[in-house]
Amino acid sequence: MGYFGGFLVTLRQHGYKNKVTTEYSGGRVFRRKNRDDKDQKIDKPERLHGRHVLNRYEDGMEKCIGCELCAGVCPAKCIYVRGRDNDPDNPTSPGERFGFVYEINYLRCIHCDMCVEACPTEAITETKLFEFSFTNRKDAIYTKDELLVGDDGKPRHLPWEDWREGEDEHTSGWMRATAPSGDATFEGTVSWSGELGYGVRAPEPDQDSRDLEDN
Amino acid sequence: MGPILAIDPLLEGKLLWTPLLIVLLKVLVVFVVGLVATMLMVWFERKVIAGMQNRVGPNKAGPFGLLQTLADGTKLFLKEDLIPDRADRFVFKLAPYLAFVPAFLAFAIIPLGGDYRNGNGGMVEIFGHQTRVQLADPPVGVLFALAISAIAVYGIMLAGWASGSKYPLLGSVRASAQMVSYEAALGLSIACVLLVAGTMSTSGIVNLQGSIGNWNVVTTGFVPFFIFVIAATAELNRPPFDLVEAEQELVGGFNTEYASIRFALFYLAEFMNTITMSALIVTLFFGGPQPVSIGSTTLDIPLIPNALEGTVWLLLKVLVFLYVYVWFRATLPRFRYDQLMDLGWKLLIPASLGWFMLLAAQRVGEDEGWDRVVVTTATALVLIGGYALMQLAMKVSRDNRDRDGASF
Repeated sequence: MGYFGGFLVTLRQHGYKNKVTTEYSGGRVFRRKNRDDKDQKIDKPERLHGRHVLNRYEDGMEKCIGCELCAGVCPAKCIYVRGRDNDPDNPTSPGERFGFVYEINYLRCIHCDMCVEACPTEAITETKLFEFSFTNRKDAIYTKDELLVGDDGKPRHLPWEDWREGEDEHTSGWMRATAPSGDATFEGTVSWSGELGYGVRAPEPDQDSRDLEDN
Repeated sequence: MGPILAIDPLLEGKLLWTPLLIVLLKVLVVFVVGLVATMLMVWFERKVIAGMQNRVGPNKAGPFGLLQTLADGTKLFLKEDLIPDRADRFVFKLAPYLAFVPAFLAFAIIPLGGDYRNGNGGMVEIFGHQTRVQLADPPVGVLFALAISAIAVYGIMLAGWASGSKYPLLGSVRASAQMVSYEAALGLSIACVLLVAGTMSTSGIVNLQGSIGNWNVVTTGFVPFFIFVIAATAELNRPPFDLVEAEQELVGGFNTEYASIRFALFYLAEFMNTITMSALIVTLFFGGPQPVSIGSTTLDIPLIPNALEGTVWLLLKVLVFLYVYVWFRATLPRFRYDQLMDLGWKLLIPASLGWFMLLAAQRVGEDEGWDRVVVTTATALVLIGGYALMQLAMKVSRDNRDRDGASF
């Protein structure tokens, strides 16, 4: 009866309510009616490469020192940085210089994450947001106004971007420094600086305890 | 006119204006119902198959995605109409209509409803005229359906040939071979029904199936029904017999070179044929629009007038078979070509022929007053002997092939 068992499988599936389809409509329904049952998103991987943010220290100082390493390493040549000396009385960043102009052209960016790797101060990191689009070329160039995190340490929610609950967490350099599957010598060691809104983040638990948690 | 055209009492005697109008009205209604039903069938198929695959299916256009087909159709209608350079232009343009028109013609002989209570026999009164809820009721109705479904092969065959391209040609060659092989099994299983019913008129066949015990599926002994369903699936080129458009091997099959509204016509014809075939199954084997009755108690649908009840019953019965076709599609993987031919020629045709002979022998036995058991046993023995002979013949030829060193 092997043949007919297959008929039962499909028939049983028809009765089930567990649909694998995600009802995604690109944020249109969500923005218009604020209903996410008709506009769901699947959870993104924690280390997905999305749009960038410029991070700040706990005291509100900018992390960017205007060294232009990110611009130099960028394979798509989409980053433009100009550094400038800090005003000694009212410094923007702790150090000699700060990023005076910081622009990323998202029509060119390939989200390779090399700028993040190159950055010596964890100033530039990537969020998990990729649902943003533009109607003209000018809007595609994000300046410091758009990239710098707000006073709560979270990325700014620009009107044309589709942010959902919880998507603006885990954006800082702490994310890439604590990969638990990495070398065991780095487990439990803090090798990152504090940041606005979160302080110095605690290291993630090691692989074994995470496995325990998953089970 | 005479009895050849129709035994519809509507057209007897002098031809008047009202009967003509009623016929025109019927044509219009059947055409519109056909189109709308096809539209809904596409939606139904997509929804059901989505459910079986844990998906949602179309749900954006209109309530529950009902208008999805309309949106798709509009899109196809507005697309550029391409004709390949090497195509035979006239035949290329003609082929979609050769597929589309028979699909609708076959629908004409299906009894679509009627009042089967109080011995009305499916007659309804429209504008003071007694008539059947059926576009045409020729005495050769079933034959007409067979002929029309055979004509539909031309549409597919010519489409593939006229495209001037390799894959469509291969698809259409498969289609014609497949349809010719399965036509025989289809015809033989219909012959079983005709033998039992003694008439070829579809309304006549329906009228004979008053209760479940009288349904032809029972009176012909189930086997012709199963053969008919399998052969009809093959005839419709639906999965698991959709070798005609086997994407993995033939790109899109016979319709690879078609775009725009011509493609839509093929698509429409395919689904229309599915509906027609399901309706034909219901007509031939399950009493068509007759209400379901067990013994002498007839089930009644409340709140619906008798004249409309037949249509509702037909709809319910047809829906079951449409679901079955979609179910087949969701469940069964596609046949290999030689498996398809084996199933058609070595199993279905001998089985339907044998069953037809069994039924015929019983009829003769009844007429002659022979003992039923003896007749059945004798026929069964003859059939088993015949089957053994066939197996022997196949084995001998297989051995010969092996000896000659053929690779298949």
